This record gives sequence, C-alpha cells and structure tokens, in this order.
Amino acid sequence: MALTTLSSPDSALTEEGGVAVASEQTRVAASARRRFVAVLRSPIGICAVAALIVVAFFAVFGPVLWGDVARQADLTQLSAKPSAHHLLGTDAGGRDVLARVLTATRLSIVTAVLAAALGVSVGVVIGLLPTIAPRRLGRLINSALGVALAFPALLLAIVVSITLGVGSVSVTLAIGLAMAPSFARLAQTLGASVTGRDFVAAARILGVSRPRILVRHVLPNVRDPLIVNASIGAGTALVAATGLSFLGLGVQAPEYDWGRMLNESVGSIYVNPAPALGLGAAIVFAGVTFALVGEVLARAFGLHRPSRRRRRQATHSAAASPVLHVADTPVLSVRDLRVEAPQERGWATPVRGVSFDIGRGEIVGIVGESGSGKSLTCMAVASLLEEPLHVAASSIRFEETELVVEGKLPGGQRSKALAHQLGTRLAFVFQDPSTSLNPALRVGTQVAEVGLLHGGLKRREAFHRAVDRLAAVRLSDPARRARQYPHELSGGMRQRAMIAMGLMVEPALMIADEPTTALDVTVQREVLALLRKVNREHGTAVMFVSHDISLVSSFCTRVLVMYRGAIVESLSTEDLAAGRAEHPYTRALVAAVPHMDAVPGTEFATITEDTEFPLDAVREEPV
Amino acid sequence: MSQPVAFVLRRLLRLAYSVVALVTVVFLMIRLIPGDPVRNALGTHATAAVVEARRESLGLNDPLWKQYLDFWKGLFTGDLGDSFALHLPVTTIIEQRLPATLELAFLSLAVVLLLSVPIGIVVAAFTRGGRRPTVDLAYTSVSGLFAVVPEFLMGVALVYLFAVRSHVLPVAGRLGPSSYVLPVLALSIGVAAGVSRIVRVEALTVFEQDYIRTARAKRMPRWRLYFRHALPNLVTSSLTVAGIVLGSLVAGTVLIETIFSWPGLGLTIVDAVRSKDFPLAQGIVLVYGLIVLVSNLLVDIVLVCLDPRSALKET
Repeated sequence: MALTTLSSPDSALTEEGGVAVASEQTRVAASARRRFVAVLRSPIGICAVAALIVVAFFAVFGPVLWGDVARQADLTQLSAKPSAHHLLGTDAGGRDVLARVLTATRLSIVTAVLAAALGVSVGVVIGLLPTIAPRRLGRLINSALGVALAFPALLLAIVVSITLGVGSVSVTLAIGLAMAPSFARLAQTLGASVTGRDFVAAARILGVSRPRILVRHVLPNVRDPLIVNASIGAGTALVAATGLSFLGLGVQAPEYDWGRMLNESVGSIYVNPAPALGLGAAIVFAGVTFALVGEVLARAFGLHRPSRRRRRQATHSAAASPVLHVADTPVLSVRDLRVEAPQERGWATPVRGVSFDIGRGEIVGIVGESGSGKSLTCMAVASLLEEPLHVAASSIRFEETELVVEGKLPGGQRSKALAHQLGTRLAFVFQDPSTSLNPALRVGTQVAEVGLLHGGLKRREAFHRAVDRLAAVRLSDPARRARQYPHELSGGMRQRAMIAMGLMVEPALMIADEPTTALDVTVQREVLALLRKVNREHGTAVMFVSHDISLVSSFCTRVLVMYRGAIVESLSTEDLAAGRAEHPYTRALVAAVPHMDAVPGTEFATITEDTEFPLDAVREEPV
Repeated sequence: MSQPVAFVLRRLLRLAYSVVALVTVVFLMIRLIPGDPVRNALGTHATAAVVEARRESLGLNDPLWKQYLDFWKGLFTGDLGDSFALHLPVTTIIEQRLPATLELAFLSLAVVLLLSVPIGIVVAAFTRGGRRPTVDLAYTSVSGLFAVVPEFLMGVALVYLFAVRSHVLPVAGRLGPSSYVLPVLALSIGVAAGVSRIVRVEALTVFEQDYIRTARAKRMPRWRLYFRHALPNLVTSSLTVAGIVLGSLVAGTVLIETIFSWPGLGLTIVDAVRSKDFPLAQGIVLVYGLIVLVSNLLVDIVLVCLDPRSALKET
C-alpha cells in the first residue's frame, strides 16, 4: 500500500503481516466501491453496461439461436436484396446474412478477447521481466522492445501469420503477439513508476526479494491501468482481426467472422449493400463497446477525472468605491473596477471595487500580498482578462478613451482603432520573462511585431527598429541577440527585451507586473534603472506592481496599497518613508520589512495567515 | 560534440540495429514455418523432385548460418530471390509496386496534418476555458466516432457512397488524380480525427501559456495569435504524433489497397501470403519495415532541426 513510507519502515513490516493497515484498506476499498457504483450509475456507465450485455448476449447465444438458420442455403434466393424474410438479404450461397452476422459475433468477439488477453499476458511478462532479470538481460529486452514498438501492430500480425499460416487460431496468436510490445511498454512504464515509490524502496531495504516485490507490490499497483488498457485493447484486437480476415489472412472457410463476411459483401456491394452496412454497424458497435467499457473502468478506478462542471451566470453589483487619489491629467482613470471569477458554486470577487488615477509621467506602485488582486487589476485595465473572468467597472478611461461599455469591459476582440490605441500607447511588462516570451520565435521578431502591427512598418524596417530598441535597453550586441531565441538569453536580457517590445512605439503608460520578481537582485536594479530611464526620456507613466514595499518606496512617487481585492490606502512615498502610513495593513507591511539596524536576535515582524485587517480605505483626500 | 549532431549519430546507430533486427526477423519468418515451407507452398501434388529442386534453389538445404549470410549478401546485391508465383525477381516487383504505396501513405499523412492541425487549433480556440460547451460536445462525439471507425470500414462506406449511391469518384485502380481521392480519404479521415483531438489538447495548453498573453497584449487579430504565435509551438508535438501515425498509415495501406484495388505493395503482399509466395512476402515485409524505420528517423531529425532542445530529451 502506498501508505507505507520510508520514514516508517515498521508499517511496511505490519503491512507484510497485514494487520495494522487492514482498517485503512477496508476504508479505501469501501470508497473505491462507492466510486464504482457511482460510475456505473452515470449515463456513460449505463451505456457501457447495456452495450456490453448486448455484445455478450450475441456472443454467447448467437450461434445457439441463429446457427442453424445461418447454415440453411436457400438456393432460390442467391445474393437476394433485403426482404421481410431476410432482413439483410442473403449471401452468394443463399444463406441469411443477418443470422450469419449474429452467429459470427462469437468467433469475432472470442478472437478479439483472447488476442487481447494473450497480448496483455505476454506483454506484462516481457515488460516486468527487466525489473527482476539481471541488468544486462533487462537492457537487452528493453532495446528489443524499442525496436518492436517501431512497427505497427498490423504489420507484425502479417509477419506472424506468414509463419503460422492463416486460420482463426493463428490470427488470434498473430494479433496477440503483435499487441504484446505495446502492453509490455505500458507495463514497464507503470512498473517503473511504482518501483520508484517509497514503499517499494522500504520493502527492498527490508530485504524482500525482487520477485516477491514484483508480485506483492508492483503487480497490484499496475493492475488497474492494465485492465483498462486491456479492454481498449480488445477493441483494437477486434478491428485488427476483422482486418486480417477481411484481407483473407484470418479466418478461413467454412468458419466465418465479420471480417471474412465483410470481404464477401464488398464484392457484392453493387448488388446488395445491406450486408456490408450491417457488418459495419456490428463492428463499430462492438468496437465502441470495448472503448466505452475501458473508459468506464478508467473512471471507476479513478484514473480519469470526469469532465468539469459548468459555470453559472455572474451577478454584477457595481458598488461605488472610494477614489483615493485624483490626478489632474490622468493617463489612466479607473472607477469601481470589479473582477469576478467563477467558482465551484457561485462567484468569487478577487477585485472588489477599485478606483484610482495615474497621472501623466507618474510612477505609481501597487503593493500588497499575493492574492490581493494586484495583477488582476493590471490585466483588467489593460483589457487583457478574458472569459471565464468578468470585468465590470463604472469607468475605465485610458487617454480620453472610455473602455467600459454599459458597466462591463467587453472581452475578446475590440475595434481596430481601440486595438491600435492600446497596442501603441499601452505597454505591458510581465512577471516572468522566461515564460512570457514565445520560445518558438526569434527575440527580434517578437520585439518587431508591434511595429509591424501598429507602427505601419514593413517587416525589414520593423526588424531594424527592434534592433535599435534592443540597443536602447542596453542589450549587448543587439543585432545578434535579435536573431536568437529566448532560451539563448539570460533572464535579465529577456526582461529588457520585453521592455524593448513596449518601446517599439511611444507608450503613454507602461504596466509592469512584478517585472523583477523572477530576477536576481543586481539584475533587478538594472531593470528598475531602465524603467526609470523610459519614464524620464519618453514621459511614460509607469504602473509598477510589487509585493516588495521597500522596492516600491525606493522607485515610485506614489503607492497604492491593495488588500483582499480593494485599495486600502494611497500615499506618497515620502509619507510612506516618514512612517505616515495610516492603514493598519500598510503599517504591518512596512513593519515586516527587515532592517539592517535591527537588534540581532529580535524576531522578524510577520503578518500571520489569520490576521484580519479592516477592508475600509483610509481617505487621503476628498473626491 | 554538439547536442543535435550527437543525437543524429545516436539515432543512426539505433536505425542500424533496428535494421539488423528487422532483417533477422524477416529471415527467420520463413525458416520458422512449421514443416517444409516449399512443400507447403507447392502443395501435396508436387513431386518430391520438384520440391527438392526448389529447396536447393532457395538454399534451404544449407546450414542456417550460411543461409543467413547469403540473405545479407543478397540484400547488398539487391537480390531478394524470385517470386514463386510471378516468376520475376522480387526486387523488380517491389520497384513496380512501391511508388503507389508510398504515394498513398504520404498523401494521407499530408491530408492528416492539413486537416487535423487547423481543426485542432480552431476547435481549441473556440472551446478554450470551457467556452461553447455545445461545440465541445459535438466535436468530441464526431471526432470520437470517426476515430473509432477502422479505415477499412471507412473505405467500404466511401465505396458505398461514391460508387453505389452516386458515381462521382472512381473506386478502383490508380488512374488520374480523381482515383486518389477515396483511398486517401478512407485512410486519413479516422487518423485525422484522432490526431486533431491530440492537437486540440496541446493547443489548449499552449493557449494557457504566458507568451500567448504577451502576444495578446500586442493587440493582434485572432488568427495571427493562433497561427503565428501558437502554431509554431504546436509543430513539435504535431510532428511527433505524425511520426507515430505514419506507421499505422503504412499498415493501413494494406487494407485500403485491397478495397480500392490499388496496385501497391499491400495488394501484392496479401496475394503473396495467400498463395504462399514466401520470397515475395519476405521482401515486401522488409520494405514495409524499412519505410517505417526510415520515416521515424526522418521525423526525429526534422524535430531536432526545428527544436534543438528536443535532442536533449532522450527517447
């Protein structure tokens, strides 16, 4: 059992004795049984069971009930079309096709199931042998397996049937053996994942022999996925056996299975298409049954999660929120911004009414703990949030353009003019430069794209400008860097490239969402210096998000403090530095910054998980 | 040594021992037939003298190791023996039949990729983040159904639709471009449905990536977002899948050639196996094996060229 760990080898012992974990086992077994019943009662479970019953019924009783009819040759009715007497017509020998299809169910299904069983048995032995065999032999088996896996199963089956001849026995063997390599690989992968786990290591340390580990620990753990795949494999085997028989390499006269019959019916498809269609239906039905059973078993064993639940409609309530700072000439002005996210039941509101202004050329910091809604706020004002998130606000004005329509920020594609404005005037620098650049495109191409999209530049001009911008962010050898892929650059270089991307045009606002968090301290400082340079030279306002209040106070002119989806305080960095913060949360954040002059040995001030701060904002100035 | 070069060398080494394994299996295939393969092939009516002469000409009376060496020698000199039934050198027959099979397999692969990649991406774009559950359900059921239907049934269905119901397209032989349509469709539709599902899942993961958000911040048209920024990141996984399905496409040609009387290797090997024409069957199995091995190698090399980092992932 997976409950046993290395740290408690005793329980591995008791597990061998089978006493201490017995109650745990029954509990696990009971929940597994419940899940099984639940899956069987679900629509897919009912379908699978019903289909399986139909297939099993015809496999067992088909030859008994229709075997005689299937043999009767009506010589007055050769290759007849469907009639009330012969629902699918008759074959070239005057025998009823429907009776033959039903009778052939047994041979087709038995062949498939036996072939799959053979494939699984041989596969498991070959796949798990390397875990107990001598290392050298194990490696040999592995490479042989790798070679065998390169060949499609149907080809292997043809090879085996060349050697063994044709007939129903050899087709079973051929398909079983042809499927063995893929089951071997599956068993091997599953086995390897189990042998790596702690309880097997514990058993090994305790001196349990390798074959015993295999039987007692590995097999039980790989059993469920193997059963699932065996069921799916039976479907594959059915198709393969039918295919071989169809080619004339499988079941031979006087025996007949669906494949052989299909071959005959294709020959007479112009005269009577009904047999071919009936056979097709039978084969697909049986194939789907095996696949369904596999899916149901997978769910019952807890290997697949059923698909996710549906969302509900959001209920928007636009509560007015206090505006803590009004800028005279705002580049961005946000009123009552709310972001709603669907939950298992109902909606969460990670941003619950936020209002603020950012003036031209201002550097504003947004601080707060993770989950306080800083990033969502930035993404929302940049119109980058999409379904399933909902963005509502009474107003978001960016450079005289109102982004909000009827209280909501529309997701998805906006008008060309708006795309142009946001594309040229608003730049975004994301948190992690290692994931924010496209790994499949050259750095220069990515930087140049904005120029191509919105700057009206030709491809070549855009690339030249990209190189120039990369130089502007002090990237060494920019022409070479532009032709490289992101993984060839260091983290700091990538973040400069991101900033260069924003500088392809003249942005009025650069939103930098924790741009330095993923970087080391010296690189951090360079990136901050670069942002300040951009601010100074281009007059670009910067909205700088960070959870590091000391970083923000050294870099920004004004700070917005966010707590649980709301802005609780807005103050200048001078006030912050002078200790004039009023909101308890802001004070706690400031207090949590370690100081060099603190008395050694004193505990760091921290904000514990369960501390509750007031959600009401501290008003700095009247609206 | 640089990573990709080392990778290619390692892959070539693996190809070498795979070929040795293939040749050995193909060699043993006939020798392991219970009883006397020649008697088996010629039937009970043939006189002992005829059987003996045939055994002698095939070298079956030599010790096994000598037969094995002769087999290799034959491979290097392009001599795979003569067909029992057609009385022609096996290599000549293969030369005549191989192009038809390769055309079928590679055209189908092209169709699979051209259908499955755009469909997978577009469906992923429509259904990302749990949007449009009806589209999701419809797509999942339809593609699932197509993926379940085996290629020979698809072939039979197409024969029924296009030869019995209407007479729009030819259903037999290889004459002119229109004769390619049904065999290629029969072979590729099911596979394309299955592959498109994989592409969709991959695309959904790519759409969640940070660099797609970066691209969105540049405010570009949707198609550009999906096909310029997401697609290049899907090429690797799509090609990997293509390498895997190519094998089953090659195997599928055997069935499809039978249905559509396509004059390729598949039609020939089925006849060869049924008439116990062992040299011919042997030669064709060898060719099929080589097609699979070489195309797998090519896919791997293309992958390394596109994405040098994949060389680091040892397969």
